[in-house]
Amino acid sequence: MDFAYIVQQAINALQLGSIYALIALGYSMVYGVLVMINFAHGDLFMLGAFLCFLIVSSLAAFTLPFFLVLLLVMVGIGLLGALIERLAYRPLRGGPRVSAIITALGCGLVIANLTLVRFPYPQPMPQLFTSVSYHVYGVTITSLQILIIGVAVVLMLGLDFLIRKTSYGMAMRAISFDVKTVPLMGIPVNRIITLTFFIGAGLGGAAGMLYGTAYPVIAPSMGILVGWKAFIAAVIGGIGSIRGAVLGGFFLGAVEVTAVSLPNVPSTYRDLISYSLLLIILIFKPHGFLGKAPNQKV
Amino acid sequence: MATARSIIQKVASWRWVVPTLVVAGLLFALLADYRPILNGYIQFVLITIGINIILCASLNLVNGYMGEFSVGHAGFMSLGAYASAVFTTKWMPDNAVAFFPSVVFAGLVAACVGFLLALLSFKTRGDYLAIITLAFLMIVKSAFENIPYVGGPRGLLGIDKSTTLAWTFFWVVVTLWVIRNLVYSKFGRAITAIREDEIAANAMGVRTREAKIIAFVVSSFFGGVAGALFAHQLQFINPSTFDIVKSTEILVMVYLGGIASLGGSILGAVIFTVLSQVLQPLGTWRMVILPLLLVLLMLFRPRGIMGMKELTWFLPKNELDPTRKP
Amino acid sequence: MSALLEIDNVTKRFGGLCAVSHCNVSVQAGHTHGIIGPNGAGKTTLFNLITGIYKPTEGCIRLRGEEISGFRPGRIALMGIGRTFQNIRLLKSQTVLANVRIAHDSQLHYHPLEALLHLPRLRRDERRSINESLELLEPFGLAGHANDLASELPYGSQRKLEIARALALKPALLLLDEPAAGMNTGETAELTEFLRWVRDHFDVTLVLIEHHMHLVMNLSDRITVLDFGQTIAEGTPEEIRANPRVIEAYLGGSEED
Repeated sequence: MDFAYIVQQAINALQLGSIYALIALGYSMVYGVLVMINFAHGDLFMLGAFLCFLIVSSLAAFTLPFFLVLLLVMVGIGLLGALIERLAYRPLRGGPRVSAIITALGCGLVIANLTLVRFPYPQPMPQLFTSVSYHVYGVTITSLQILIIGVAVVLMLGLDFLIRKTSYGMAMRAISFDVKTVPLMGIPVNRIITLTFFIGAGLGGAAGMLYGTAYPVIAPSMGILVGWKAFIAAVIGGIGSIRGAVLGGFFLGAVEVTAVSLPNVPSTYRDLISYSLLLIILIFKPHGFLGKAPNQKV
Repeated sequence: MATARSIIQKVASWRWVVPTLVVAGLLFALLADYRPILNGYIQFVLITIGINIILCASLNLVNGYMGEFSVGHAGFMSLGAYASAVFTTKWMPDNAVAFFPSVVFAGLVAACVGFLLALLSFKTRGDYLAIITLAFLMIVKSAFENIPYVGGPRGLLGIDKSTTLAWTFFWVVVTLWVIRNLVYSKFGRAITAIREDEIAANAMGVRTREAKIIAFVVSSFFGGVAGALFAHQLQFINPSTFDIVKSTEILVMVYLGGIASLGGSILGAVIFTVLSQVLQPLGTWRMVILPLLLVLLMLFRPRGIMGMKELTWFLPKNELDPTRKP
Repeated sequence: MSALLEIDNVTKRFGGLCAVSHCNVSVQAGHTHGIIGPNGAGKTTLFNLITGIYKPTEGCIRLRGEEISGFRPGRIALMGIGRTFQNIRLLKSQTVLANVRIAHDSQLHYHPLEALLHLPRLRRDERRSINESLELLEPFGLAGHANDLASELPYGSQRKLEIARALALKPALLLLDEPAAGMNTGETAELTEFLRWVRDHFDVTLVLIEHHMHLVMNLSDRITVLDFGQTIAEGTPEEIRANPRVIEAYLGGSEED
């Protein structure tokens, strides 16, 4: 196993990891403000890929620039995410936590199966971008990979800026500490929460488009297969923690790529390894690497 | 009118109703198995209802009575299905008496894994436990996909059609009876106390760890039993049968019929199975409508139709009027 | 005379915050011990330490000479310490009777298998559980409400139910966290008599956290005063009343309740 091979795999891991991280961010942001697992998020990721497909195939006459489509997808899925929050989650907000989780599960299934009705068969993702391969010291890196990693990193940095330097970010962090007293300080909690869903879903949608561009066959089952993996990543990193989501995303990407590149491991073991890893990590660190145990006052 | 009502009330409170129904039901089931009095499809649906009652009641123990959120119940079903299928097709093939032991074996296998899950639940609760059950479900699925002995992703075929209406009825009665006994005992009280306030429960000397183990073990045992019956009805199983969709279906039954209620478990299973069959011709739309129903349920009646209420027939004699002194 | 409960130089730190610092309390069996101090002084934390919800950072806690620091709450409860909570922690969706039975269950000894198969010993024990729990509710005036939901009771009755529930454990030591919270002078006087009766009738040692001075002064044999996690005084009610440090930190000089 030579150095070039390792670097090659590292690039693959970065690519996969950035996509997982983008999706994981959506889970963590929502959990941070509402302490709720948005099980529908994985399916929003899947819709991002399909929305891109729809946009490009219906406007096939025009050659659309990559970033325009990306923007449209992000806004579109973002709005959908905000809509779901408004219609399905907000009414349940004071109630038993279980109801919210189940509603999310239900919404996710509705989305996945509606997509399945419309697209019973996997679809090939149209090419928006002609990839160029660069060969450097025996390592092949494509401009597509650079694009994907680059876009993901830019989005993550943008989110980081948003959270640390804007008043929205401060409000979001305040809400994640104590959602009950925050409105008393004049913070429009509902609007911030909706905005959080918008951004989280938008990131997930972007990840969907990037994933479709990287692995060009898309299917409605992506929501469960890939989206839920990113959920694992978010939990491993510590759900509710933004940095944890990024950490978890790249960690999971690295683990999966490593596991599959090992000589004797069949690729069917991928899921088994990821989920077993999750279980083991949770046994020793029940709240993930960067997560915190919820405090209960007695 | 008043006399008619009081007669009905008197009959309904007759302690003999349940045992009579059980015996009658069993005889009817035996008859239906050996004489063509019911058409095959109806029999199939009745057996499915029975299996679903077992699944629903057993999950209700953990999700309803104990207030946890397990999404992994299909995993126990899977373990039971595979355990019993291997038992009857590979270890004791073509053997008429193998079925009953295979079902018990299936329950025991599932219960062992349930025990492990219970241990994990000591330190983690709520969302994190939900995640652990999800991981468990996925691990079971991908594990079976990678074991050639049980057919890998293609699964096991050619399982005997041993699940008769009578066997199903038998196991439904056993499941409901055992869970009812558990609920109306000190362990059942401990389990519901954990749901409401684990800290207060501990302060009252409740053995919470013991209660969690019992809840998970009993729940997973019957989940495995249901899986065994399922395998010997469908005659064919593969890992993807027991995925998150299956778990969601069981969740729907629990939250539809009513949490922490045996009557609710029966109701949820019946309504769900019938609805499922009715919607069958809709194909994929079925899985759009059912989750939508679930969402609406959560918005308008989160505890389910019979949430936390119980049919008097299920109560043991002691509980009927607790203030009645002998 | 050896103490029933000994808190021996106990300190509890939460990260940078020192909630309890070098606390020493010795409670004799049959005595009533009061714990007073301003809000945030560490009184409830002390209860949580005794009942095993927290483990002491330093020091140790002994029951009948046996160390119990760091034991799990369930085990400590079964060793003979019952408690009530500052914010009532009844099982709201359960009946009054069920609340008591759950605590009484430690007196039942059947095994899980006997429960699952509904064997005779279970049936006998369950009957006993109901009878004894009802008997316990009688003197509290709650037997008639046995089938009501705990949440339906008026506030004062809920507090009584919490005490009844703790007594179902047949504890040697009963910790009461602000039993008179939210009560007016008349109700507090009634509670004082009631607690005196509880102490005598059930033969328990009482430790109570309270802000109502009349209650504490009338009932306690000894009082410990906490402030900022530290013990600033200990002694008989008369000594405490006269202690200048206590007056300065807490009583403020006025006689109000």
